[in-house]
Amino acid sequence: MASKKFILGVYEDDEDVLNAVSDVREKGIKIHEVYSPFAIHGLDTALGYPRARMGVPAFLFGITGTSLAFLLTFWTMGWDWPMIVGGKNFVPFPTNIPIVFELTVLLAAYGMSFVFFGMEGLYPGSKPVIFDERITDDKFVMAIDLDKSGASEEDIKNALEASGASEVNVKEI
Amino acid sequence: MAHKHETPSVEESYDFSPELKRKLVIGGVIGVALVAIGVFLINMGWWGPDGFAGGAHEAHGAVDAHGAAEAAHGAGEHAAEGHHEATLMNRIVGNLWMNSIYFLGLSVIGVFFISYNYVAKAGWYTSFKRVPEALPAFLIVPAAVILILFAIPGSRHIIMHWTHEGIMDPLSNNYDAIIAGKSWWLNVPFYVFRLVSYFVVWWYLWKQIRKYSLLEDVSGSLEDYNKSRLYAKFFLIFFAVTSSTAAWDLSMAVDAHWFSTMFGWYHLSSWHVSGLAAIMLIIITLKDQGYLKGVNDSAIQDLGKLIFGFSIFWTYVWFSQFFLIFYAHLPEETIYFRERLHGYEGRYLAPFYISLVLNFVFPLLILMARGSKRNYTFLKLACWAILIGHWFDFYQMLMPAIAKNQGGIGLIEVGITTVFACSFIYVIYSQLSKANMYAKNHPFLEESLHHDI
Repeated sequence: MASKKFILGVYEDDEDVLNAVSDVREKGIKIHEVYSPFAIHGLDTALGYPRARMGVPAFLFGITGTSLAFLLTFWTMGWDWPMIVGGKNFVPFPTNIPIVFELTVLLAAYGMSFVFFGMEGLYPGSKPVIFDERITDDKFVMAIDLDKSGASEEDIKNALEASGASEVNVKEI
Repeated sequence: MAHKHETPSVEESYDFSPELKRKLVIGGVIGVALVAIGVFLINMGWWGPDGFAGGAHEAHGAVDAHGAAEAAHGAGEHAAEGHHEATLMNRIVGNLWMNSIYFLGLSVIGVFFISYNYVAKAGWYTSFKRVPEALPAFLIVPAAVILILFAIPGSRHIIMHWTHEGIMDPLSNNYDAIIAGKSWWLNVPFYVFRLVSYFVVWWYLWKQIRKYSLLEDVSGSLEDYNKSRLYAKFFLIFFAVTSSTAAWDLSMAVDAHWFSTMFGWYHLSSWHVSGLAAIMLIIITLKDQGYLKGVNDSAIQDLGKLIFGFSIFWTYVWFSQFFLIFYAHLPEETIYFRERLHGYEGRYLAPFYISLVLNFVFPLLILMARGSKRNYTFLKLACWAILIGHWFDFYQMLMPAIAKNQGGIGLIEVGITTVFACSFIYVIYSQLSKANMYAKNHPFLEESLHHDI
């Protein structure tokens, strides 16, 4: 497999990297990703990321839970082994609501978690790339994929330095 | 990117225009006129079921409901309410009582909101803090109406069945064993003592929080903030207990036979979500008029989230209360829902379901998306739905027990609510005009102006 070349700008401060993102993007360079030890407020806006559409899996998994719960309660209490409880009809509607609610929430929550893990590459056997070990401690790293950046290596290095990077490294993976 | 934000001026005073004052007074007068017309029409028999002589030609629904009540309560109990037929007076008194409780809630939620945000050291709400801070100014009006209604024997008997003579006395014809068993809680001196202490302590603690908040504007001292916070703690501790007991005393006691352990929460959640909706509506109205520019969309969205969340919380408690009785086989408690669903010729069925639709389905669908919590049109729609919906909620909580077979939605209801609403707005706006619109030396104001989510 052909190796990919990443150019990394290392920054000392969250405010620096936040401003650097706008500077670099203004020069028409596409940023691969920014790594930080903690969440930086406003970073996803600066990177121009679209809003996450977690509502879609939430709805799909939720509606699956709702249907499953209705099936379960109607089948068990209405067909498979009908029971009269407290003189009420078979499967009175209010009886189902807690089960329907719980299964909807359960499936929506688990579904969203697994979708999130999958999309972030957090699953057994995945090989995460750590560009620089210091991003888990006190440094902020902007990674630029050379092939996809739409700029030459020299331009990227200059742009990173001009935006206040304390060091500029190259990493091939 | 806090440094890129512009900071708006924090010097701003609200101008309560004489024109608006005049409009509100006219609104109040129209409300009174509507009540008078309503009473006249019903009394002449032109519109509505019965007049003041309602007892003479009574509706059959009441008899049916009493039959059901007797059957449900068992043979040992005397259906004392049968001796006191509902008249148009019941409807008027019921409306006054109901609206007082509703607007009492809107008022006291102002200080509740301030208090929990103080105690949580929250910053986001600071930019519009003066709005909830102004709400409790109205507290004194519903409190006075409630106390007066209870002080007059005629209206007291209409509202509170348990205040009838001899109801606690085993030798009396009126004796009611279930109510007599509750005499340690439901007796007039203790009841009045409780009501007065709720109103006085709520008012006093709000006054203290407000006083130090205004002092802070002048002095800029952190000590004033800490004082406000201290009184907010006192308020939360006191309100933790009294929100429940006030719910029992004001709303649950009208159905003295009935008891629900969830009623306190149910009542509080109803008050809370309608209070939040009122705060939101006032903020949006002020913003439309060009005030409160410092309240940014993030703060609005956060308040919208609270409204969305608490409208669902209300539904949760509302359903749980129904469900406990439905599921746990409590036939002696089902009379409460039977009266509301099918009692009195089903006249309370519509308010029962309108309340559910306006308070749950509507806000859920409207406020779900992120964008709609930032869109003033959607927010106004949802807030009006919640305010009207919870009016219906209190209506179905109280009117079946007070107005009985005389209940209905008509000119009297609209009129009395208009009077309350106009005086509410009048008091709130004049309170708002008394102070700077921003708590300008509040330690979290800066954070609030730059709130970004």
